Amino acid sequence: MKGHAIHGINTNLMGDFISLNQGSGGKLTHQLIEKVFVKQFGMVKPLTDSAILNDSGYTYAFTTDSYVVDPLFFPGGNIGKLAVCGTVNDLAVSGAEPRFIAASFIIEEGFPMSDLIVIAESMAEEALKAGVKIVTGDTKVIDKGKCDKLFITTSGTGLLKPELEHISTGRQIKPGDKLIINGPVGNHAIAVLGARNNLSFSTPVISDCASLNHLINNVLQRCNEIRFMRDLTRGGLATVLNELAGMIKSGISIDEASVPVDSPVKGLCEMLGFDPLYLANEGKILIVASAGEAKKVLDILRSDPLGKHSELIGEIIPHKRNLVVLNTSIGGKRILDMPSGHQLPRIC
Amino acid sequence: MKYIDEYRNRDLVMKLADHINRSVRRDYIFMEVCGGHTAAIHRFGIPSLLSGNVKLVSGPGCPVCVTGTDFIDKAIAYSKLEQVIIATFGDMIRVPGSVSSLEKEKAAGADVRIVFSGLDALEIARINTEQRVIFLGIGFETTAPGTAVTIALAERDHIENFFLLCAHKVMPPAMETIIKEGVNLDGFICPGHVAAITGSDAFLFIAEKYNLGCVITGFEPVDILQSILMLLNQVNRKTPKVEIQYNRAVTERGNIIAQRHLSHVFESGDEQWRGFGVIPGSGLRLRKEYEKFDAEKMFPVITKLREEDILCICGDILRGLKTPEDCALFKNKCVPENPVGACMVSDEGACNTWHKYKFNG
Repeated sequence: MKGHAIHGINTNLMGDFISLNQGSGGKLTHQLIEKVFVKQFGMVKPLTDSAILNDSGYTYAFTTDSYVVDPLFFPGGNIGKLAVCGTVNDLAVSGAEPRFIAASFIIEEGFPMSDLIVIAESMAEEALKAGVKIVTGDTKVIDKGKCDKLFITTSGTGLLKPELEHISTGRQIKPGDKLIINGPVGNHAIAVLGARNNLSFSTPVISDCASLNHLINNVLQRCNEIRFMRDLTRGGLATVLNELAGMIKSGISIDEASVPVDSPVKGLCEMLGFDPLYLANEGKILIVASAGEAKKVLDILRSDPLGKHSELIGEIIPHKRNLVVLNTSIGGKRILDMPSGHQLPRIC
Repeated sequence: MKYIDEYRNRDLVMKLADHINRSVRRDYIFMEVCGGHTAAIHRFGIPSLLSGNVKLVSGPGCPVCVTGTDFIDKAIAYSKLEQVIIATFGDMIRVPGSVSSLEKEKAAGADVRIVFSGLDALEIARINTEQRVIFLGIGFETTAPGTAVTIALAERDHIENFFLLCAHKVMPPAMETIIKEGVNLDGFICPGHVAAITGSDAFLFIAEKYNLGCVITGFEPVDILQSILMLLNQVNRKTPKVEIQYNRAVTERGNIIAQRHLSHVFESGDEQWRGFGVIPGSGLRLRKEYEKFDAEKMFPVITKLREEDILCICGDILRGLKTPEDCALFKNKCVPENPVGACMVSDEGACNTWHKYKFNG
């Protein structure tokens, strides 16, 4: 398809119509954001999940996220819980203390009132657990058939200590720093997929959906050399690693065998051809810490139920091409690339 | 996980790789003709374990990759008709035709649905009785029996709005074409799933007529390395033959029931392969008694024959003559998110797997 310019934006490579792949969180999403939004809004790079704002002597983190998960209810949570956890986690991984959340609802005409009440209850419960307040919002109802059941958008803000401002950008990362994750990957995606297709698993797969701000706060309180944090949502671990390698202009080496994956998730991935490293999580973070502090971070994480299965999975290496290199479980080497298509749409 | 962990055992893998590297006496080129093998070889980083003397090249084993542009153009033409639903395996929707892809047509409003089997497509036809549902029949002897069963069920249940746009292919004639073209090879890593249906006997002619070794191979790292070792030994001992490494799934005669389904619904025909042209006897056509399910017979569409991008060397890659890195477009104009050739689209395509996995140190 020939590219052409619309209002000064070159649509070459993007196509004339939005495709599902452009919402995958991978390369095509990045391209879309870069070419359409960053340019129009004059946004400042690096683009992180939370904006870090300085005003009147205070530093804030500010974030927003939309939730379109299908089905609305899945083992381990529902769209409401997800909407609170997701925004809390986006703030917490930037180093901020999540405080206030706004929630907007787009509801399809005919949506069961009882479901809406259950979803609102979960949001309140999760907000209480995370220590955030839902302070404002908006409600729209759309004609039947014009939107699919319920979409929620949450935005949130929290104060950020100046000494933690580097965390979302990773600018203090050095070769030799260690990479840690707080548990097995892929459970959320597989739980949602299972609920969507009525798959029954012999060992049930439960979404890892959880607010991680207390866990993160614990780490930040007791460690001084945390270089970077990011939650491993859409696009999974592989996407975050590639974004990080690009941001810090360095290489990353990952030991495949050390990345925890629960057996039922592994089994389903084998069957359906998914790679767990690309699957969405809603309660997992990647932490980069100095080599000297990595053990301490692991110990702190493992003492918390949300980090019981934490593992050290790799390290930052000098590499001129910003590659993520995977040492495969059998002892081979390959690159771990950014996903380019959708694995599973509407997973969060 | 049972039947997985054993075949990914690191110690066993290392032992096999060491054995291969110690058995090397010259340069060897082995071709895999199954996209599943291409993906597994690179996903596990197998080339990084092998001595530089053992070269693995990819043949025409990715069903999406060998599907001609003309077929995609036809599917797109059908998707533009009123009251038509296109049902297809997910890989196909991103394959570029000469001017568009099913994905782009879907975004522009065509009703294109991703299914996991022909039976899913048949179900769509049962529910949408006012629409004509066209299933894109893609794949080798592995997926074709599923399509055959679907057609038989459509016949049994008198489903009149279900149609097949058929590009099903069989593998052995393509392998013979490659040999006849004089591609430099020392043996074939033969497709385990195809052989589970056809039986290993389908490959006997390669050893007997052309003196080339064939090892029917499974899809885990230990399977692949063991097969490479078996091929290497055949070459070193000058004893080309057909051996079954993947004996937990493959027998000499194959799956007789699946073969029966195939021959009941399909007959052999000539078929267009991307990069090869028409290979006689390499396609499956619906038999006359099932013609009413043949979209092309029942409501033909007309497409213009267009040239493929002349710089794209998918054809040479599929014939094992070149590797993706020989292509001027690779990682340049041709990337997974904007593929020029079909080999960059599918997860099993050589260009896609090289782009995604290949580490050059």
